[in-house]
Amino acid sequence: MSGVEERITGLVGALRAHGVRIGTGESVDAALAVEALGFADRDLLREGLAATLLHGPGQRAVFDPVFDLYFPRGVGGPGTEGAGRDELRDRLAEALAADDRSLMARLAAEAVDGLGGYGSSPGSDGWSAYQTLDRLRPQTLLARVRDDVGGRDGGAGFADRLLDDEIRRRIEVFRQLVATEARRRVAERRDRDEIARRAVRPTADRVDFLYAGRDQLAELRRTVQPLARKLATRLAARRRRAARGTIDLRRTLRSSLSTGGVPMRPVLRRRRPARPELVLLCDVSGSVSGFSDFTMLLVQALHDQFSKIRVFAFVNRLDEVTGLLEHGRADPDGLGARIRAEARLTGWHGSSDYGVALGEFTERYGATVGPRTTVFVLGDARTNMSDPNLAAVRELARSARRVYWLNPEPRAQWGTGDSAAPEYAELVEMHECRTARQLGALIGGLLPV
Amino acid sequence: MNKRLDSERTLIPTQPEAPLFSSVDDVSARLAETGYLASPAVATTVFLAARLGKPLLVEGPAGVGKTELAKAVAQVAKARLIRLQCYEGVDESRALYEWNHAKQLLRISAGRDESWDETRTDIFSEEFLLPRPLLTAIRGDEPTVLLIDETDKADVEMEGLLLEVLSDFQVTVPELGTITATRRPFVVLTSNAGRELSEALRRRCLFLHIGFPEEELERRIVRLKVPGLGAALAESVVRVVGALRAMDLRKVPSVAETIDWAHTLLALGADTLDEAVVRDTLGVILKHQDDVQKAAAKLDLDAL
Ligand SMILES: Nc1ncnc2c1ncn2[C@@H]1O[C@H](COP(=O)(O)OP(=O)(O)OP(=O)(O)O)[C@@H](O)[C@H]1O
Ligand SMILES: [Mg+2]
Repeated sequence: MSGVEERITGLVGALRAHGVRIGTGESVDAALAVEALGFADRDLLREGLAATLLHGPGQRAVFDPVFDLYFPRGVGGPGTEGAGRDELRDRLAEALAADDRSLMARLAAEAVDGLGGYGSSPGSDGWSAYQTLDRLRPQTLLARVRDDVGGRDGGAGFADRLLDDEIRRRIEVFRQLVATEARRRVAERRDRDEIARRAVRPTADRVDFLYAGRDQLAELRRTVQPLARKLATRLAARRRRAARGTIDLRRTLRSSLSTGGVPMRPVLRRRRPARPELVLLCDVSGSVSGFSDFTMLLVQALHDQFSKIRVFAFVNRLDEVTGLLEHGRADPDGLGARIRAEARLTGWHGSSDYGVALGEFTERYGATVGPRTTVFVLGDARTNMSDPNLAAVRELARSARRVYWLNPEPRAQWGTGDSAAPEYAELVEMHECRTARQLGALIGGLLPV
Repeated sequence: MNKRLDSERTLIPTQPEAPLFSSVDDVSARLAETGYLASPAVATTVFLAARLGKPLLVEGPAGVGKTELAKAVAQVAKARLIRLQCYEGVDESRALYEWNHAKQLLRISAGRDESWDETRTDIFSEEFLLPRPLLTAIRGDEPTVLLIDETDKADVEMEGLLLEVLSDFQVTVPELGTITATRRPFVVLTSNAGRELSEALRRRCLFLHIGFPEEELERRIVRLKVPGLGAALAESVVRVVGALRAMDLRKVPSVAETIDWAHTLLALGADTLDEAVVRDTLGVILKHQDDVQKAAAKLDLDAL
């Protein structure tokens, strides 16, 4: 294959653009891996490059589609007579019934070739996975495939109750194959580097909370535990550093009595191990809720880092949800719905009112905040034109040890329209927090130890 | 004089050894002979680790065969397996070396009429050194697989030590000098991601994530480990386990549980799965009572 180095360089560049940190050492290893493995088997090449370039499992989701662009399955179309829609559906049904992956890949190529093309003038033409799937409608094959498989093995076994879900997973695999194929065809006509950066979905931790879809939010929720473990490590390191402290002379001398007065072991002054207290005030309305839910789960997962955590949710009224969060550990996906069903969050209307909610907090729960408490406010500070109640925030800042405000909107939008962000930011430290990656960095740095 | 030359010659590395594996297929075939069935990802990465001489960091959920892989590689390479089992609080004296204080004290009191200098030279010599796994692995001349198991359980401080050892494959004992490996061990580190390992350590290693195997591979593993089990039952077992993994459970079953379940079914003499058998044995695959209940509901089993 020509330009191997070029391909590796391109691949590495695209991965870096997606936030994967790759040094020169890894690039050299990757080249050695390619040399040792050769090009005969693309799957081995893929694994070899992943082993040398990646450092963690989360990176694989962006690696695979990028690899498919720089080391494509082939060049051009499938080279067969364009099959019609009905014929493709028949053959796809068979492939799904047999769970034949390589046949599914072939069919994905034929389908994109036959159904996915659009435009006719160079520059405006291309290949669309969406159009392909919209015309082929693989999801409507479910019943047919089920009957096929059932007819074959009698369908009486226990495991056949699993069949529907298994077929759905196979259809999902096929959809991915179509997406991969369409990207490959597009990249042949346009700038590959550009496609690798734009058309490959970023890892979930780099998606804006405000624009994340349902499945991205679900994917994010699965990263809560690993992220919490990572943060716990970082907090422990900070705590150790803070505790290392100074030599306690008196205790050093006292303990030296056993060694004849020679101070063999310096005794370090220990800080009191009192863990800090945390209070969370979360706007859970509409588009901000993805952000709040994730942050609440993350803090809950970190609960043993604190002596006390209390969590309050609001829209235009505020209610404590600490208990809901604790009991809901087994079912993180349902957290948002539970909070909205069981807590009193709204009064006369359904839109957020920061002023009223914050006022309600200082009034009803002001006593929960003391000199050991760090408070996090989560929300976009969009008050729907009502009074932001700066006095309540001032009061909060006065009684707490620290108050941080995490705002999921891009900084450039603070203060536009009904956003009271700049006013609040004058009273408490406000940070932009658009993605899980940013949140991790902020929590790791801001949480008290 | 002669003696001195002799001992020096043994330090000169011998001829470069024949490569451990000739190809990725060779890896798969030989691991399979020991009873380890490698996915293409596993075989490729093991092949590269041997070729590039880099440590292999294996991450993945419990029970997917991380430890077993290191053992299988050792067997294939006819190498000695040296294992450093990590745990909270493991330190240099457990991982690297320690002086045998008791023996040193005995020696000191035995040699009353020597000068302190003589005694000191003597008690800080090989004879009083207790080598631990890292040092043992570096000093040996025979082929060695060093398994640093459950690295994530060790404290962060331990990583500094590992980094040092894995960079140069040498260890400095202040009283003795620097000891360099004459033959680099094949190193496997495993982690359950209980704690995030540092970027620096990750960079030293080739990275391999072992997830749950594809259905076909898991079927082969089950049939290999539980030879008496029929093909049809093995297939059903793997399908049910696959369905459980897709559920949102506190602890989803791993390969180890699939094998346990297969053993149980064989012992019960079941030759197909039915509701009663699954209901009675679900506890073998799932460890938490609420998982059992959730799974039973989703699998349409009658109330437990
Ligand atoms: N690919 C495989 N081939 C053969 N046996 C396997 C394979 N994968 C897993 N096993 C079996 O699964 C069991 C569990 O493996 P092992 O103890 O190595 O898991 P592990 O990943 O080290 O788990 P832990 O994180 O709990 O230490 C062993 O009995 C092993 O034989
Ligand atoms: Mg293990």
